[in-house]
Amino acid sequence: MKIRGRVWKFGDGVNTDLILPGRYLDLTDPEEMARHVMEGLDQDFPMKVESGDIIVAGRGFGSGSSREHAALALKHAGVSAIIAESIARIFFRNAINVGLPALECPGITDIVEEGETLEIDLEEGVAYNPERGLRIKFKPLPEFLLNILRAGGLVPYTRGRS
Amino acid sequence: MGKTAAEKILSRASGVEVEAGDYVEAEVDAALMPDLTALLAFRAMREMGYERVWDPDRVIVVLDHSAPASTLRAASIHRELRRLAAAQGFHLYDVGEGVCHQVFAEEGYAKPGMLIIGADSHTCTHGAFGAFATGVGSTDMGAILATGRIWLRVPETIEVKVEGELQERVSAKDLILHIVGLIGSDGANYKALEFKGETIKALSISSRMTLCNMAIEMGAKTGIIEADEKTITYLKGGMSNPIEPVRGDPDAEYLKTIEVDASKLEPQVACPHSVDNVKPVGEVEGEAVDQVVIGSCTNGRLEDLEAAAEILRGRHIHRNVRLLVVPASRKVYMEALRRGIIDILVEAGATILSPGCGPCFGGHIGLLAPGEVSLSTTNRNFRGRQGSPEAEVYLCSPETAAASALKGEITDPRWI
Repeated sequence: MKIRGRVWKFGDGVNTDLILPGRYLDLTDPEEMARHVMEGLDQDFPMKVESGDIIVAGRGFGSGSSREHAALALKHAGVSAIIAESIARIFFRNAINVGLPALECPGITDIVEEGETLEIDLEEGVAYNPERGLRIKFKPLPEFLLNILRAGGLVPYTRGRS
Repeated sequence: MGKTAAEKILSRASGVEVEAGDYVEAEVDAALMPDLTALLAFRAMREMGYERVWDPDRVIVVLDHSAPASTLRAASIHRELRRLAAAQGFHLYDVGEGVCHQVFAEEGYAKPGMLIIGADSHTCTHGAFGAFATGVGSTDMGAILATGRIWLRVPETIEVKVEGELQERVSAKDLILHIVGLIGSDGANYKALEFKGETIKALSISSRMTLCNMAIEMGAKTGIIEADEKTITYLKGGMSNPIEPVRGDPDAEYLKTIEVDASKLEPQVACPHSVDNVKPVGEVEGEAVDQVVIGSCTNGRLEDLEAAAEILRGRHIHRNVRLLVVPASRKVYMEALRRGIIDILVEAGATILSPGCGPCFGGHIGLLAPGEVSLSTTNRNFRGRQGSPEAEVYLCSPETAAASALKGEITDPRWI
């Protein structure tokens, strides 16, 4: 699996209340969730983000609530991958489960800035910034998680096995 | 080589002898869901091709986050969950019964050695009963509802040893805030915690729940306390199955050990906007507060309301402060009524809210305006958590909350 996209860059501690505040927890339509994505940090983000964009972030991305709304909102806003210095555990599972690659890559924030392009090879565990010629390796996801992503998430993966 | 509590429980639940780092597919003993994530889980189950939950007796839904419903959308979610419960026969606790974690514990669902999965991040609370309890999202929960199984990576364990007697008006919340400050908000990411030592043994079950509740605030998968006589006494009312206490072996391989001297601990406050921004109360004393919240799955139990009432008895809160008290459950509320605790709180100027999550997550009630400051016994103070992103939330114990409500500013409860 290879992903290429424009980068939005965030710092440390982007928690689920910032990704999708609690007042939207009663939403059940992912498209509606997407209209409020990252509202806690940048009111205009839902308008600016485009399909295929990649989020690069610092430590603890997605910490806090188990609300899958956060991963769904990002996915339905068009985000194609999240690559961060570290990713909180429940958010990591949620992202994989909805078919959104979530990758831990220590050092990623050093090789790319907002607006630049990033190329990610999930199987090889390599992120590459073609504009600067900078490359960084990360530990690839285990094969069965890659299989969930290839299937498009845990729902189609489970349906396919039952 | 011995095993940690997490390794033992996940070995039992998966039927394979495992150690940290292994991936397992495990049988889930109980699946817990609050209202606002449950419907998405049932939707995921149906999309996976399953119509009914795998075992209705092991599925518990509690309407707590938006209870009573504050929006039409929440009301519709509640209606649909009631309909599903009636059709499928799983356990449903309706509006007013309390926060899902308190109801789950009181009803005796949490037992030592169990694998408990909840569609709420604070499911780690049930580690207080010697269980492996952790939160997941709605799709994970949908797969559990369909199959009764979940994949998990067996976590490494950090041992937290606490010795020494807590000072007067210093409580479990101060202890866990101090530990969160030491470990950091992602310092235990993907890891399990085992809380042990004489101080932990001396804590009540309610206080142990306060401790384990905040394991997630360090990124941890779960926080476990070995079951003992207190656990057995607590569970006698509500449980039918035999108890099999699980403990980490002395020669188990721990990632690291953190030692805490509880006797020197002062009241602690987590400052905006992260839970690990923890300071002794003395460093933030005098900070004016607009709203004080006492409640939640962290600190809404009888001992918490009692501690607040002890400070507020015969006094009145500061005129610039509104004090919101949310009993964690109907049972807590009833017992607080019987003991006159609610009388004391209401006379002191408190507003009592319906048992449930209350103002904790900023989606239901008691929201903060821009520029306002909240002091809260809840578990998160992220920017925007209780309303406006321009508001500030400080976290503290019920004792510090009550003392500060009296003074209208953050106050050390030891000197009231």
